[in-house]
Amino acid sequence: MKSNTKQLVWGLIFGIVFGFLLQKGGVTSYDVIVGQLRLTDFTVLRVILTAIVVGMIGIHLMREFGWVQFSVKPGSLGKNVIGGLLFGVGFALLGYCPGTIAGAIGNGQVDALVGGLSGILLGSWLLAVIYPKIRSTILQKGDFGDLTLPGLLKVNQWVVIIPLAAVLVGVMLVF
Amino acid sequence: MSWLTETRWSPYVVGAAIGVLSWLTLLISNKAIGCSTTFARGSGMLEKVFRGKKVEERPYFQETQPKVDWQFMLVIGIVIGAFISALISNSFRLQVVPDGWYAAFGSSRVLRIAVGFAGGIFLGFGSRWADGCTSGHGISGTMQLAVSSWISAIFFFIGGILTALFLFGGLG
Repeated sequence: MKSNTKQLVWGLIFGIVFGFLLQKGGVTSYDVIVGQLRLTDFTVLRVILTAIVVGMIGIHLMREFGWVQFSVKPGSLGKNVIGGLLFGVGFALLGYCPGTIAGAIGNGQVDALVGGLSGILLGSWLLAVIYPKIRSTILQKGDFGDLTLPGLLKVNQWVVIIPLAAVLVGVMLVF
Repeated sequence: MSWLTETRWSPYVVGAAIGVLSWLTLLISNKAIGCSTTFARGSGMLEKVFRGKKVEERPYFQETQPKVDWQFMLVIGIVIGAFISALISNSFRLQVVPDGWYAAFGSSRVLRIAVGFAGGIFLGFGSRWADGCTSGHGISGTMQLAVSSWISAIFFFIGGILTALFLFGGLG
């Protein structure tokens, strides 16, 4: 197989595992996601924070061994704060996010397929249409590039990773 | 193998497995898990059906080409994986109005789909504005300790919790 085709197959395999896990975790369910946003069900928080702790330690070790490279997304306050809030509005109205909506569709949710999917496609397209107007204006406001937390604090990565892992585990013990 | 057919797994087990999956995607595919770019590519493909090559004049689609890539296959895989999991645990069911929605807003399918559609627009628009979603920023970017991802993830939940507060008239 050509390497490009091979990677598409890997993408599909990883997706099947990811979708299986999301469904088993219950996070393809509207009730579980909205329960998190109403602060009555902390399943989503537990899944995400555990994934961050396990993932963070592993990928940083692998990078120390020279096995992997990171691709830190550049950002700005205009991009991440405003985009984050707009996303949050949609998150609560729809009750799925772009990954879990795919899982919800697999789970048989017609509202995800008919309402949500067409909305996401339209919303993504609208952003593509206005992109030239915001690209060098609001998306650049408060630009900080591909900054990381260790870079921001000017410390070794493990000085961030170990306390952060402890804090995230602590948060999970509280909730 | 009865654990495979259980309806739910512990969120800690699922979270840890997603963490390990993140190691593997980086190691084998040199990619971090993410989903929302796929919907942007998908919208470009749809526009291409109507406007042909003119789509490529949009700067956005020059940077994010409307084609099937690794992440696109990942998202298709999610649908299949969730379907398999639901099927073998007997929890697959066709549903238009989720239980929690029904309890708060009633049985209207039109209302549920209309609000879901509006939510989808915000979600698609917001995820592309922020350059990531709950998986790309919320899981993959945060574990890489990216400042952009931590800010995005925090504001996803601030926006979501405030909207839920407004929508349901209070928390809980």
